[in-house]
Amino acid sequence: METATTDKLTAKDFSSDQEVRWCPGCGDYSILKQVQTILPDLGRPREEFVFISGIGCSSRFPYYMDTYGMHSIHGRATAVATGLKATRPDLSVWIVTGDGDSLSIGGNHFIHLLRRNPDVNVLLFNNQIYGLTKGQYSPTSEQGKVTKSTPMGSVDYPFNPIALSLGADATFVARTLDRDPKHQQNVIKKGYYHAGTSLIEIYQNCNVFNDGAFEVYTEKGTKKQNTLMMENGMPLLFGENNELGIKLDGFKPVIANLAETSINDIWVHDETDLVKATILSRFYDDPTVENHFPRPFGVFYVNNNKQTFNDLFNNQIDFAKKTYGAGDLDKLIAGKETWVVN
Amino acid sequence: MTNALDKELESVVIRFAGDSGDGMQLTGTQFTNATALHGNDLATFPDFPAEIRAPLGTLAGVSGFQIHFGSTRINTPGDTSDVLVAMNVAALKVNIKNLKKGGVIIINSDGFDAKNLRLANVPEVQNPLHDGSLADYDVKIIDITKITRAALSNSGLGTKEIDRCKNMFVLGLVYWMYHRPIENTLNFIKAKFKKNEAVMNANILVLQTGWNYGETTEMFANRFTVAPAKMESGVYRSIMGNQAAAYGLIAAANKSGLSLFYGTYPITPASDILHELSKYKNFDVKTFQAEDEIAAICSSIGAAFGGALAITGSSGPGIALKGEAIGLATMLELPLVIVNIQRAGPSTGLPTKTEQADLNQAMFGRNGECPLVIVSAQSPADCFYMAFEACRIALEHMIPVFFLSDGYIANGAEPWKYPSSADLPKINVEFKKARLADEEKFMPYQRDEKLSRPWALPGTKGLEHRIGGLEKQNITGNISYDASNHEFMVKLRQEKVDLVANHIPLQTIDNGEEAGELLILGWGGTYGALKTATSLLIDQGYKVSHAHLRYLNPFPKNLGEMLSRFKTVVVPELNNGQLVKIIRDRYFIDAIPYNKIQGMPFMSTEVVDKIKEILA
Repeated sequence: METATTDKLTAKDFSSDQEVRWCPGCGDYSILKQVQTILPDLGRPREEFVFISGIGCSSRFPYYMDTYGMHSIHGRATAVATGLKATRPDLSVWIVTGDGDSLSIGGNHFIHLLRRNPDVNVLLFNNQIYGLTKGQYSPTSEQGKVTKSTPMGSVDYPFNPIALSLGADATFVARTLDRDPKHQQNVIKKGYYHAGTSLIEIYQNCNVFNDGAFEVYTEKGTKKQNTLMMENGMPLLFGENNELGIKLDGFKPVIANLAETSINDIWVHDETDLVKATILSRFYDDPTVENHFPRPFGVFYVNNNKQTFNDLFNNQIDFAKKTYGAGDLDKLIAGKETWVVN
Repeated sequence: MTNALDKELESVVIRFAGDSGDGMQLTGTQFTNATALHGNDLATFPDFPAEIRAPLGTLAGVSGFQIHFGSTRINTPGDTSDVLVAMNVAALKVNIKNLKKGGVIIINSDGFDAKNLRLANVPEVQNPLHDGSLADYDVKIIDITKITRAALSNSGLGTKEIDRCKNMFVLGLVYWMYHRPIENTLNFIKAKFKKNEAVMNANILVLQTGWNYGETTEMFANRFTVAPAKMESGVYRSIMGNQAAAYGLIAAANKSGLSLFYGTYPITPASDILHELSKYKNFDVKTFQAEDEIAAICSSIGAAFGGALAITGSSGPGIALKGEAIGLATMLELPLVIVNIQRAGPSTGLPTKTEQADLNQAMFGRNGECPLVIVSAQSPADCFYMAFEACRIALEHMIPVFFLSDGYIANGAEPWKYPSSADLPKINVEFKKARLADEEKFMPYQRDEKLSRPWALPGTKGLEHRIGGLEKQNITGNISYDASNHEFMVKLRQEKVDLVANHIPLQTIDNGEEAGELLILGWGGTYGALKTATSLLIDQGYKVSHAHLRYLNPFPKNLGEMLSRFKTVVVPELNNGQLVKIIRDRYFIDAIPYNKIQGMPFMSTEVVDKIKEILA
């Protein structure tokens, strides 16, 4: 990407003068840092970045970025971003949202954003709890979750954001974690370079209201057994020493032990395969259940063949201008039938 | 050949009424266009059910189109009609009460059979064709269905398609009765059915059959001429309110040099603005049909942030959904136009019927102290000017502006001596390009004398900034929870609205003396009825004046002084008393409300009666 910048920017250039006010130890800090770290590498002038958020802890994000930004209203960042990208396709538009913001109050806009596919990036901070309102269950909280609003446990079944996104025909679907900076940077960069909406779910620890929600995927003793780090073109392996793998028995995934199964029989990840991505998206087991599947991280699916909303939208404008010429206001106002009064 | 004698009339009201599938709206629209081209002044009133195809033959399914045209100034579609076309029993039953005694009724006798009587809940013994109830009228009974079928017996079309041509018979006959040229409709039919020659020829043949029916039968003793109106000289066109609003928005985009973004969600009666705007992509007009009303306004806010002339449009129920986002736009201090084509509420209410009951919603309908600018149109053509004004104020003051119209003027038509683009004012928009030499840091809430803040677009180097819905400190735009700052900002946003009064025209008296006994103070689509009523009262010797507000927030600066010159102020509104409460509160006068809440416009005669009652 060609740019006009002379001196290379640094992470500090993307940091605003506003004091960061998340709780100490919040997973949001890591995401802020990774984004500020990778932006200088994208070779784009700072003024072309716009961060748009809704409401929630995550949505304070734009205030801390020294770029253009808007802290909008609950659940609607997706809609604001769509209007901005439609009229200003030259900008790099980012949506910062949380599980409540995007999947509860903003659920409608979320699926329609993905269906339209504007070239924007969605950072979905998923902490499986309402933090800003002090600890109610969220649409991604596990069933039975005991919170302030659900003293006997929540009866709602949780949304699976990855499966939901694939169902809405998203063209880039990935998951990463706050505790894995390198992985995060890598996935977010891939999302940036994807032409179309990039949905990046980030498991983010809320150490005040839902501490340890993802620790099974981040802590030493359990991480390797419970996470499946997907790499395009590589076999799907996991376990302490990558001794386990995923095998497909028809459309049915099976956990195979490499001691008994040839590596050649292990499923090789193909991020352009929607059917397989759909199967992987359903690896959503409760990690305390025996024989559960590991939770996948990385890029589930990429579709480079779906035109972006902003291109389709503006192509029609360009076509109309080319075909009919620039509009003539006087002709428009007069219309086709006029008469003269003397 | 006809022996009908020509008779000259000053004005005529015709009401076309039939089943909602009978094509009465199209018939009315065609007649309107021909009449406009003939040079008459006119006003129309389409009145149709909310259902697209309401149950056939029923009272609920009646669709009407009323046109009032004349050789003099016409301000309303007419209180009562001179001619009623009734395609079936239900259409007659619903509309006869507004037909003048002695008026002409053109009846399609096929629509008065046993089945149609039953569907309209009329016992057979009370068939109006036979029970003498129409003795006071000049009734023309024609079996339009039979004649249409006979005319098209060789057309190769099926009965269903043939019967759909019936309305062309009516149109042809009425064209004959009023000496209207049929060429315009012939061209319309040719264009509309260019891909289906059989249907095209059938419509043309039936149109001519209707004309010839008048010419050859001796059913009609008279034909009528209505001379062209003595209107101000110039070039005219016929215009409908929503069409005019769309053109006004495009004109504003043109005059401000911006591209237009219209984020919306389909809703009656606002959708026609979307349909109209979506045709003009070569004017850099971008229309976005969002997934819901909230996304519609939020996408517009995004477009405004990016530097477009951003507009969102809806009707009352949709505006209710947009409330929170309107508050956001107020906090962001970005230009945004919110179009509300009002309909009868609350909730879903009467979607196809008119009302002006969303003034309170526009004025107060948000959380917190959230004032914004409100303008309203008073006639179909005025929708052009006030939509333009809404954009001008939004852009020049960096503020959200409500543009209020209503179903009555949105769908109504009138002749319009349209302006040339050169006559329209330029709208001054200046994006901030860079920091000034002494500006160490960009201050997004820095203000000018109008208290408006700079519009700095993403992509501009050195002006990176964040805006949002949290309360902010003046000048810096930083989040501020400071108690006194909040009060200061609330007052500031109010003052910003108030200052718009310095940039709008003073209020004028539309009709009557500058001072006197009684002032009729109206707003919105009631203009025509109030103007006619005022003229009638003045002719009868009453000392009455009429002023019509187009700027509702802020009010024109001289309004209070104007009101003080009258002993009595009456505020007629199609609601339960909304403007009147604001007037009473603001100017501390004993303004008298006069309200009609029937989903129908005022009749000028009822306004006349009410004013006489007040003066008695």
